[in-house]
Amino acid sequence: MLRIGQAQFDAIRRHGEEAYPNECCGVLLGHMEEDGNTVIDAVSAENTRSDSAHNRYHIAPQELIRIQHQARRRGLDIVGFYHSHPDHPAEWSKTDLEEAHWIGCSYVITRVAGSAKGNVEVMARCRALETNSFLLAGTGEEDKRLKRQPIEVVTEVGAR
Amino acid sequence: MQIHIPTPLRTYAGKQPIVEVSASTVAEALTELTAKFPELRKHLYTEQGKLRSFVNVYLNDEDIRYIAHGGNAPVKESDTISIIPSIAGGAPNTATLSSADVLTPEEMARYSRHLILPEVGEQGQLKLKAARVLCIGAGGLGAPLTMYLAAAGVGTLGIVDFDVVEASNLQRQVIHGTSDIGRPKLDSAEDSLKAINPNVNIVKFPARLSSENALEIFKDFDIIADGTDNFPTRYLVNDACVLSGKPNAYASIFRFEGQASVFATEEGPCYRCLYPEPPPPGLVPSCAEGGVLGILPGLLGIIQATEVIKLILGAGEPLVGRLLLVDALAMRFRELKLHKNPDCPACGTHPTITKLIDYEQFCGLPSKSAAPAALVNGIPQMQPEELKRRKDAREDLFLLDVREPYEFAIAQMGGHLIPLNDLPKRIRELDPKQEIVVHCKVGGRSQMAAEFLSQNGFKKVHNLAGGILAWSEKVDQKVPKY
Repeated sequence: MLRIGQAQFDAIRRHGEEAYPNECCGVLLGHMEEDGNTVIDAVSAENTRSDSAHNRYHIAPQELIRIQHQARRRGLDIVGFYHSHPDHPAEWSKTDLEEAHWIGCSYVITRVAGSAKGNVEVMARCRALETNSFLLAGTGEEDKRLKRQPIEVVTEVGAR
Repeated sequence: MQIHIPTPLRTYAGKQPIVEVSASTVAEALTELTAKFPELRKHLYTEQGKLRSFVNVYLNDEDIRYIAHGGNAPVKESDTISIIPSIAGGAPNTATLSSADVLTPEEMARYSRHLILPEVGEQGQLKLKAARVLCIGAGGLGAPLTMYLAAAGVGTLGIVDFDVVEASNLQRQVIHGTSDIGRPKLDSAEDSLKAINPNVNIVKFPARLSSENALEIFKDFDIIADGTDNFPTRYLVNDACVLSGKPNAYASIFRFEGQASVFATEEGPCYRCLYPEPPPPGLVPSCAEGGVLGILPGLLGIIQATEVIKLILGAGEPLVGRLLLVDALAMRFRELKLHKNPDCPACGTHPTITKLIDYEQFCGLPSKSAAPAALVNGIPQMQPEELKRRKDAREDLFLLDVREPYEFAIAQMGGHLIPLNDLPKRIRELDPKQEIVVHCKVGGRSQMAAEFLSQNGFKKVHNLAGGILAWSEKVDQKVPKY
């Protein structure tokens, strides 16, 4: 189960719309529990894959360290990451699995639909559609897998 | 000094977020860490003892790969080492292993009637989910084709259409409704398809398919379904399929008859193997000119969809090397064997077509970008505005209408009616010394009639460009369009 506050849920979806037609990315902060992860805050990060931002994302480790320090000061851990798939289903891809190394964390993906691809103009408007969460389960690189994780959106999530 | 442990590795570090060590270099610090917590070793290092590629180690805020002395850099008590597994990912650009590998509970319920078929099953349904099909045209054939492919769970449907919904479409293009008249066909189609199955990814191409864009558009799809209504595009689609190596599920209709086949597979023939050359322009009327029984594209579109699904599933026998002929009035189905032509310019052993060409020119049609031709095959073309001007000036023009009586009953512009096929028998009703303007509905039949008259001693013959439809649009809106 991924528990997340309404405000944080809306924020990560909005980030996907803002970044369209590129992938957005960010870090989920909160606490890891027995039955899943609770997200208290979502921090947007820069997608350093400017060479292929429409279908790739990467968060610079320095940025992550900074986010981690800030999180620690607030008593929060990194419990997951979010990114968007422009005009693509909110399902994890081979790349997503290969590049996932944070066992126990939730990888949250939002589909953002906008204009058609191809020989046409990109429309200014787009919409965030499905958001799915996937828990990176397993014990290491050899047996890691992404398992669909139900999302529970709560009105307000309290810090422990 | 402190080593910060990322969340996933804390289980192997006694659940601690921070581990204190004393060391004088980065390497020493990490050695002490793994000495304290041996389980961490295989998560940080390869069997050869090197740091795993996705493990980033930072000394304060610098990557140790890029600092002086690298892993042997000296450290102070106040320094911090952070271990950061990398974070990256992205959408696939090809159909590969992904969560399109699993059906959701909603999908299992939706496709249950597929899942219980041995020829489909969960494996087959997942193939459908991973498939990307490009449908050219959201009209007569495209309507049933896309609706049934969406219902079946094809994961990605691309649709190419630049047209707008008109009332006369609704007799057969069931994907559009009355309230869609005036809307782009793509938007109307998308709404219908999403209502049937929201799981399908619809990719819209509101453009005319051309030699400039075809290969680029085809690139992201696995199977092409040609539902177009004109010869230049059929040849374009065929050549683009052969050049891209994608199969073409083909269907075509005319009045009460239809054809279906699968072209451009590696072993099978392509469209050019069957029809090396297009028919002369004007010989085969479009649906607008010739009419079509509404159900016919429904029947052929579903046959097309069936072939697409069989290609995706690898089930049954697709119509490769077979031309299915459908006679809806007699409800008879026949089959012709088609052979791959080894000398085919597109798919033969020594193909001469290596890139897309000007298909309008190939089919003998005047270039669309050119101004309306003044002369076609020696027959002067008269624009509707000019006819009006000359009629208003009371010039002595004889207007000959070569349409069918039922068309005349729907709309007419005061012409003398001699249906095209009767013209040879009734030619004596006309005066070769008189100036004659010939018209039909769109301008195709009247062009043939004008050429016939011109070959039989009539020297002052004009063709009304665009026919009664153009007259209705440009001169007299009161004349009904049909």
